[in-house]
Amino acid sequence: MIFRVIEKAELRSLFTMLSAANRVIGPVGVGLDRSGRQLYGFEEVHDFDRVALDYTMTSLSAKKYFLPYREIMATFTMDNKDWQKRIDYNIDAPFVFFGMHACDINALNRLDKVLMGSVYPMPYYAAKRKNAFIIGIGCEPQPNCFCRSMGTDTALHGFDMFITDIGDRYFIEIQSDTAFNFLKKIRTGEPVEADHLSFMKTGAGKNEKFAASVDTTDLTKILDMEFQSEVWKQWGDKCLGCGTCANVCPTCYCYSVEEEVSIDLTAAAKVKKLYSCNLIDFAVVAGGHNFRPERHSRLKYRYYHKHRGFVEAYEESLCVGCGRCGEACLADITVPEVIASVREGRKTDGQ
Amino acid sequence: MDNKLPFNDVIDQRHHRRSDLSSFEYTHKAEITSIHKLTEQENLYRIQIIDPAERERFEFRPGQFLMLELPGIGDAPFSISSPPSRKGDVELCIRKVGGLTSFLSRVERGTHVGIRGPFGTSFPMEKMYGQNIMLIAGGLGLAPLRTPISYVQENRSRFNNVDIIYGTKDPLQLLFTYQYDMWRADDMRLSIIVEKPDASWQGRTGMITRVIEEIFEERDDAFFRNTYAIVCGPPIMFKFVCSMLNQKDLPMQKMFVSLERRMHCGMGKCCRCNVGSTYTCLSGPVFDYWTVMNLKEAI
Repeated sequence: MIFRVIEKAELRSLFTMLSAANRVIGPVGVGLDRSGRQLYGFEEVHDFDRVALDYTMTSLSAKKYFLPYREIMATFTMDNKDWQKRIDYNIDAPFVFFGMHACDINALNRLDKVLMGSVYPMPYYAAKRKNAFIIGIGCEPQPNCFCRSMGTDTALHGFDMFITDIGDRYFIEIQSDTAFNFLKKIRTGEPVEADHLSFMKTGAGKNEKFAASVDTTDLTKILDMEFQSEVWKQWGDKCLGCGTCANVCPTCYCYSVEEEVSIDLTAAAKVKKLYSCNLIDFAVVAGGHNFRPERHSRLKYRYYHKHRGFVEAYEESLCVGCGRCGEACLADITVPEVIASVREGRKTDGQ
Repeated sequence: MDNKLPFNDVIDQRHHRRSDLSSFEYTHKAEITSIHKLTEQENLYRIQIIDPAERERFEFRPGQFLMLELPGIGDAPFSISSPPSRKGDVELCIRKVGGLTSFLSRVERGTHVGIRGPFGTSFPMEKMYGQNIMLIAGGLGLAPLRTPISYVQENRSRFNNVDIIYGTKDPLQLLFTYQYDMWRADDMRLSIIVEKPDASWQGRTGMITRVIEEIFEERDDAFFRNTYAIVCGPPIMFKFVCSMLNQKDLPMQKMFVSLERRMHCGMGKCCRCNVGSTYTCLSGPVFDYWTVMNLKEAI
């Protein structure tokens, strides 16, 4: 791996250079919540001063730029008994993602495995993923963050360059030749031993700040053992089945396909819409049978897929510990609490 | 100075080790060439891929499914009911039960539909050479079972004893009645049982497990050691049937079942068909019973 250090002011030059010729997405402040706390979102930015480099966590993940909530997969023109299908993989121009945390980069790496690495690679996703120039940035653990437990607190690959604040300067990991070439156009320096030490100190400091954690020891087996546990029922009673967790999740990729027909019946669009396994009709088959009619069975399946099924298939969890679902849940259901209660066979908050 | 990012054309980046990126969502255009009413609820549709070269390339194995696409209506998975040797000239036995299938029951011959696939796992027919086969179907389960039956028919000398065991609610629901004599003529023993007989019914009455008990009485243990079973039907039925067969020391890995789930893609992307820790469309629909036993809430 190639490292560089830059003066802090040089980051503005990098941004200006990139944004002059490309669409740039970055973290920006998008308002305050009810208690006056700053909320962030990933939006298109043109002005470096708007980029919130020290953002805590965006309410929604970066998912919408890779897996849009609504996407037209194909269109049809129809004429009596015949029709023509036109497939469009929606390949847009390359874009810059300026400032993504390690958890979100790791989330994309997990999605890559299912959406690009399996038997039927998905061009809709691949087109966006392969054309995203991703600049990662270090972060401060938030109260709900448990990425360290999931092994996703550092990103090993899946980005072009990664910026870490080492006090007076930025330390940069370079992973692509595109990034290398862009960095040649600004003033950079070779890191010296003191920079390495600062970098390591930053990492160690971050590790001490995690408040939430999940014990993943033997978790796949425990989820099998506790499949019939009463605990699921209790969480199910709390769950509203609204699907908010999947909406904010950086790795929830399931979808539903619907056809929209024009009013004169001569055209139709095949539309992919992100869905949630917590919604009631997720597993309804023709004839009306629902394989998971109860809220608790759907909630359990969500955990089962993230922490059991995906681990079996890819040897790592689909959950990256970003904590967004716990933050967004209207019923205050958080992953660390659910997993802890399943491990103990009882709900921990005494309800 | 050009600061534009380089463009990656993903479509040209062929995944040479696996399937091709640019085949995603590819639909074969096909024509419904005949519609044959089997019962009040089920029709048999013969659907032919229009392009002769595509039709020839559409190779599938017994147990696989395809996604049938009706533009403006949607797409849904169906087991293929025709012999693999007929390739892209397939037959689908479809019950009128939801929106898409109700629409399908009203279309006319000559309508153009779309076919994606074939998808999913299949029954390992070659492994069964030289062995006895029990083909067990309940209700609409005969639709997916008709493909292995025709495979056995076409390669009859490669298999030992062949038993087809078929049970339905009542005689009116029996599918493919016009084929029974042909199956028998090909030295496949067909045992039919109905739960609720009508006045004209002369055959067996009861649950499908009764027929299996009869076979248990007639065959010795050695028979079951050299037997494969293919079981299609409602989950409750194959649960009973498979545990009965397992008592006779028929290994669970020699029993195959086909699962049914909702699907929106058929390619392991939409998650709708997840069962236990896996997907029905990629790891299934054909599973051996040992795998099914290890999948949570599969049956």
